[in-house]
Amino acid sequence: MNAPAQPLLEVRDLSVHYPGRTTWLFRKGPPKKAVDGISFVVPRGKTVGVVGESGSGKSTTGKAIIKLAPLTSGQLLYEGQDIGALSDAAFKPWRKKIQMIFQDPYNSLNPRADILGILSEPLEIHFPELTKTDREARCAELLTSVQLSPDFLRRYPHEFSGGQRQRIGIARALAVQPELIICDEPVSALDVSVQAEVVNLLQDLQAKLGLTYLFIGHDLAVIEHVSDHILVMSQGRVVEQGTPAEILGAPREAYTRRLLAAVPKF
Amino acid sequence: MSAAPLLKVRDLGVTFRTGDRVTVASTEVSFDLAAGEVLAVVGESGSGKSVSALALTRLLPPAPTCEVVGTIELAGRALTGLTEAALSKVRGKDIAYIFQEPGTSLNPVYTIGFQIGEAIGLHRPDVTDVRAAVLAALRDVHIDDPARVADSYPHELSGGMQQRAMIAMALACDPKILVADEPTTALDVTIQKEIMDLLARLRRERGMSILLITHNFGIVANFADHVQVMRKGRIVEQGPTAQVMGSPAHEYTKGLIACIPRLGQRRHRLTTLKDELKVS
Repeated sequence: MNAPAQPLLEVRDLSVHYPGRTTWLFRKGPPKKAVDGISFVVPRGKTVGVVGESGSGKSTTGKAIIKLAPLTSGQLLYEGQDIGALSDAAFKPWRKKIQMIFQDPYNSLNPRADILGILSEPLEIHFPELTKTDREARCAELLTSVQLSPDFLRRYPHEFSGGQRQRIGIARALAVQPELIICDEPVSALDVSVQAEVVNLLQDLQAKLGLTYLFIGHDLAVIEHVSDHILVMSQGRVVEQGTPAEILGAPREAYTRRLLAAVPKF
Repeated sequence: MSAAPLLKVRDLGVTFRTGDRVTVASTEVSFDLAAGEVLAVVGESGSGKSVSALALTRLLPPAPTCEVVGTIELAGRALTGLTEAALSKVRGKDIAYIFQEPGTSLNPVYTIGFQIGEAIGLHRPDVTDVRAAVLAALRDVHIDDPARVADSYPHELSGGMQQRAMIAMALACDPKILVADEPTTALDVTIQKEIMDLLARLRRERGMSILLITHNFGIVANFADHVQVMRKGRIVEQGPTAQVMGSPAHEYTKGLIACIPRLGQRRHRLTTLKDELKVS
């Protein structure tokens, strides 16, 4: 890959191990290696797709990047600076630069807050200088940017369909003007028709705002469609990585071939 | 298709009433299912595909909350109008169900073996050695160590193994029709393939009919003889799989198929239903 001199994010030898279960009195089982020494590069403005089966460590990788999962070892170089070892307080400026969109649009929005409340919260934290009026104007703008009506600000999550909720989740991620968005299975729970709309929206936003995506999924066709570069993960390791043409056209690893063969063709 | 279908459904409709709100979940649903046939039902969430399948054995709230109209005939016998007691003999015995989330359909506090044994005890009272029948049922779904699985609780098994156990339970009473409601949606592609291969094999071995509810056109193309496309509670198109998928007659079917990103056919932009239908 002809990456520019400095990628937006470089992951070096990342591991996330969870302590083993206590089996017999104080005896610990072997640690669970959720992510086991993976390295990859995320160039600015591009989409890196991560594909793998459940338990492959793909979601943990995404979470580790925004400190939602504890790093066991390795480096996370964001514009060259290692953010992996930072304390939560020191990490705060990067929470503004890195945002996340979750799989389940039903469980990732606070049911008791209206849309204005949901979109305002990150603004209150990261842009305390904004007045209430400014915030409200910004929230309306955010809804427009995800192709929802600004009239929705006073409504609650349960009033929306799955696709609309996912748009609200995207608007919340955009609120703090991030550079990198970790998309953790953002369309897996949606109908195919809605999936196409949300994928198109994410791509439009990327083109307009210069966003960088780490796009985690299990649907190979979706990953192929959105990605500039693909990582295939299995059992905590990256078994293969390359361009979509390389991974899908000429997979080198038996695991990748098995994954591709399992997709029903039509 | 043989002269008399195994299952004949005519003008099936399901209406929910909550307070003064009336929701028509499905209406004018008519289809035939032959012995040994796989009929796929596709459509978006809320299109009425699951509700129509549940209505076959009235696995729905009682009237007046839920009103079911139309006729359902299984091997010439009308199911509509049967008492609850008579219907409970049809459920599981003639028409069995498997659902999307095996983890939530299984009872977490009983072992797999106990739960399969319960179904056998209910529908096959002549079986004396229930344990043997349970192990046989698990072996039928190609589980290599049936004793271990029988003695496990649902949470001790993987998603794929739970779905196999669900299928074993559904098939333990040798149903004529298996309703598989999104059986692989929660599973990884490799496990999905194993489960679909297993269902295909069981159908061949037993001559069982399958009503397959799915939104995965790849599965439909590889697995179903006929397909029925539902939208907003109605069947908009039905026919042989090759015909419906190869040259869909209805705009909606065309749109739905066009939305799906396909492996190895990278496009600049995905088509949406709105592009296809112009109006929503």
